Amino acid sequence: MNALWEFLSMSDANVRFVTIGSVLLAASSAVVGCFTVLRKRALVGDAVAHAVLPGVCLAFILTGEKNPLILLLGSFITGWLSLIVIDAITAHSRIKEDTAIGLVLSVFFGVGILFLTSIQHSGNENQSGLDKFLFGSAAALVGQDLITFGAVAVLLLLSVLLLYKEFKLLSFDTAYARTLGMPVRGLELLLTTLTVLAVVVGIQSVGVVLMSAMLITPAAAARFWTDRLGAMVLIAATMSAFCGAAGAFVSFTAPAMPTGPWIVMLLSLLAILSFTLAPRKGLLARYLLQRRVRRQMTRENILKTLFQLGEGKGEYQHSYSKEQILERRQQPLLRMKDGLQTLCRQGLIQKNASGWALTESGKKEAQRVVRLHRLWELYLTQYLQVASDHVHEDAESIEHVLTPELEKRLEELLDYPTADPHQTSIPQQP
Amino acid sequence: MIQHVTDPVLEVHDLTVSYQRKPVLWDVDLTLPKQALVGVIGPNGAGKSTLIKAVMGLLPLNSGYVELFGKPLNEVRRKVSYVPQRESVDWDFPASALDVAMMGTYGQLGLFKRPGSREKKLAMEALEKVGMQDFANRQISQLSGGQQQRVFLSRALAQDADLYLMDEPFAGVDIATETAIIELLRQMRDAGKTVVVVHHDLQSAQDYFDWIILLNMRLVASGPTAQTLTPALLEKTYGGRLTELSRVSELLHKQNFPIRETKPTRKK
Repeated sequence: MNALWEFLSMSDANVRFVTIGSVLLAASSAVVGCFTVLRKRALVGDAVAHAVLPGVCLAFILTGEKNPLILLLGSFITGWLSLIVIDAITAHSRIKEDTAIGLVLSVFFGVGILFLTSIQHSGNENQSGLDKFLFGSAAALVGQDLITFGAVAVLLLLSVLLLYKEFKLLSFDTAYARTLGMPVRGLELLLTTLTVLAVVVGIQSVGVVLMSAMLITPAAAARFWTDRLGAMVLIAATMSAFCGAAGAFVSFTAPAMPTGPWIVMLLSLLAILSFTLAPRKGLLARYLLQRRVRRQMTRENILKTLFQLGEGKGEYQHSYSKEQILERRQQPLLRMKDGLQTLCRQGLIQKNASGWALTESGKKEAQRVVRLHRLWELYLTQYLQVASDHVHEDAESIEHVLTPELEKRLEELLDYPTADPHQTSIPQQP
Repeated sequence: MIQHVTDPVLEVHDLTVSYQRKPVLWDVDLTLPKQALVGVIGPNGAGKSTLIKAVMGLLPLNSGYVELFGKPLNEVRRKVSYVPQRESVDWDFPASALDVAMMGTYGQLGLFKRPGSREKKLAMEALEKVGMQDFANRQISQLSGGQQQRVFLSRALAQDADLYLMDEPFAGVDIATETAIIELLRQMRDAGKTVVVVHHDLQSAQDYFDWIILLNMRLVASGPTAQTLTPALLEKTYGGRLTELSRVSELLHKQNFPIRETKPTRKK
C-alpha cells in the first residue's frame, strides 16, 4: 500500500518521467491503432513493428551512439520501407497481402537480429541497452529520451484530433472520400506515417515484439463497449493509459520486472474482460440472453402441455403429476422442475396434492401460446403452401417469438380464424 | 442509337478503362442532358459501375476524358455526388446513421473543421427525405439492407449536388423502399437535378428512367427511353458479349500489352 502511495504521489522525478512516458506512449498508439484496426491493417502494424529493429541497429552502427532522435529516424525509415515493400510485392506479383506481410516481417526482423548480434560482438561500450528495443524498457525513459518520444506521442494525438473527421471517413469509405475531393492519398500517407511513428515511439516501452499488441488490443477491446468511433477511441486510449501507468508501477515496485510485457499483459487481460463481460456484445451477455430464452421456452411449453392435457375434457384447471406432463411432452426433468417452480412463483400454476394445475392467469397465458402456435400453422398452410403435416415443428419454435403486433397482423391476414389446419379450435383472445 | 445533346451535364469522351490491363470499357462516347433520370443498363460485367467510377475519377483512364458541367471534375466536385454500392463498405464500422449522413457535408466543410450543428441539421434533413429520421442514432450494422441503402442516399443528399451518380441503389432493397426511392429521385429530377442510376431490372427501367444508357463493354445506345429500350438494341446489349472484344482484352492482359500507346491528354 505504501508503495502505491509513494508511486501515486509522483515525488520521485524518475517515477514521474517513466509514468508520464508510458501513459503517453500507450495512449497515442491506442488512438492510432483504432484507425489501423478499422482500416483492417492490423497485421501491417505488426510488420512495421518488427521492421523497426534493423533501422535502430543501423542508425547505431552508422553513428556509434544512442541519440534518441537518430535511432528514431533510423527506425522510421526501415518501418516505412517495409510498408513500401509490402505494397510493391502485392502490386507487382501474384503474392497476396497476407503472405507479403509475413515475408517482410520475418526478413526485416531477421536482418535486425543479425545487426543486433553483430553490434553486441563489436565491443562498442555504448551498445549496452540497445537490446532493450526487443522487449522495451520503460524504466529507461528519462531525460532526453522522454522529451523526444513524448513530443512524438503528443504530435500523434494532435494529428488525430485535428483530422478526426477525415480519418473517420477514410476508414469507412475511401472511395467516397475521394469523390468529395479530399486529399485521400495524402491522408493515407499521413495515417500510415502516424502508425509508423506510433510503433517507433511505442517500442521504447514495450519493444518490437509486443508492439502490435499496443496498437491492436485496445482498439479490439474498446469496440466491444461502444458503437461510436469517438467513444471507441477514448475508451481505447483510457484503457491503454491505465495499463501504461500500471506497467510503470510494476517496474517501480519490482525493478526486475519488465515493464513492456506487463503493459501488454494487463491490456490483454482488459481485452479478455471486454470480450466476456461487455454488455450486449460480450460472451456472458449473449449466454445469459440465450439462457433466458431457453427458460422462457420451457415455461411456455409446460403451460401449453397443461392446457392441452385438459383440452379433451374442456376442463383446463385440473391437476396433473410430473409423469403425466412428461408423458404428453418429453423434456429434461431438471429443466422442467425448474420451470414448474418459477411458474408457481409467478402465480401461473398451483401445486396441490395430485400435482400442478393452471391458475386463471396461467390458463390465459397458455391460451396465448397455443393460439400463436395454431395461428402460425394456419399461416404456413395458407400463405406458404406448406403441407399441414409439416407445419407443427415450425410452429413449435415460432410460437415463442411472435410479438403482439405480429399476432394482430396474422389474425387480420387470416381473417380471425377459429380452427387450425388440423381442425382443432384456436383459443380466442379473452 | 447514340444521341448527343448540346450543353450537356456530363460528357464522356472516347473513354477506355481497364482493370489490371484488361479493358472493360471501350471507347465510350456520350453526353447527358440536364434534368434527367438516367438509367445505366447492361448485363453483369458490362462495365456499368466502371463507367460511374471512371466519371467520379476513381479509376485511371486509358484514354479519353470526362467533363461535368463543361469542366473537369476537380473544378465542380461540390456539384457532383456519388452513391457507391452498398457492399463496398464494412457496415460493422462504429458509426450511426446520422454519422454516415453527416459525411456528406465533409466536402464543403474542408479539412480540419469539425461538423457542427449546421451540418447535423443538414444530415437530419437528408435522413428525413429518405424516411430514416427515426433511425438516426441506430448503429449502421443494425439496419436492414434497404435501410443501409437509404442511409447512403441521405449522405449524397446532404451534399446537395446537381448531378448524382448512383451505383445500384436498388440492389437488395425491398419493393416498398424501391418505390420510395424512385419517387424521391423523380422529385430531385423535377427540382432540376440529373440523376444517373446503375440499374439491373429491364422491366422497371421502362417506367423509371427518361434517358437510358445501354452498355456492354462498349456503348450500345444512349438516348431517350422510348428510342433506346427497343428489342433490337436490347438484343445487341444482352445477346452475348462481343467475343472479339473479350478475346482482345484477354490478349492485352496476358501479353502485357499497353492499352494505349500514349497517355490520355486533356481536351484543350
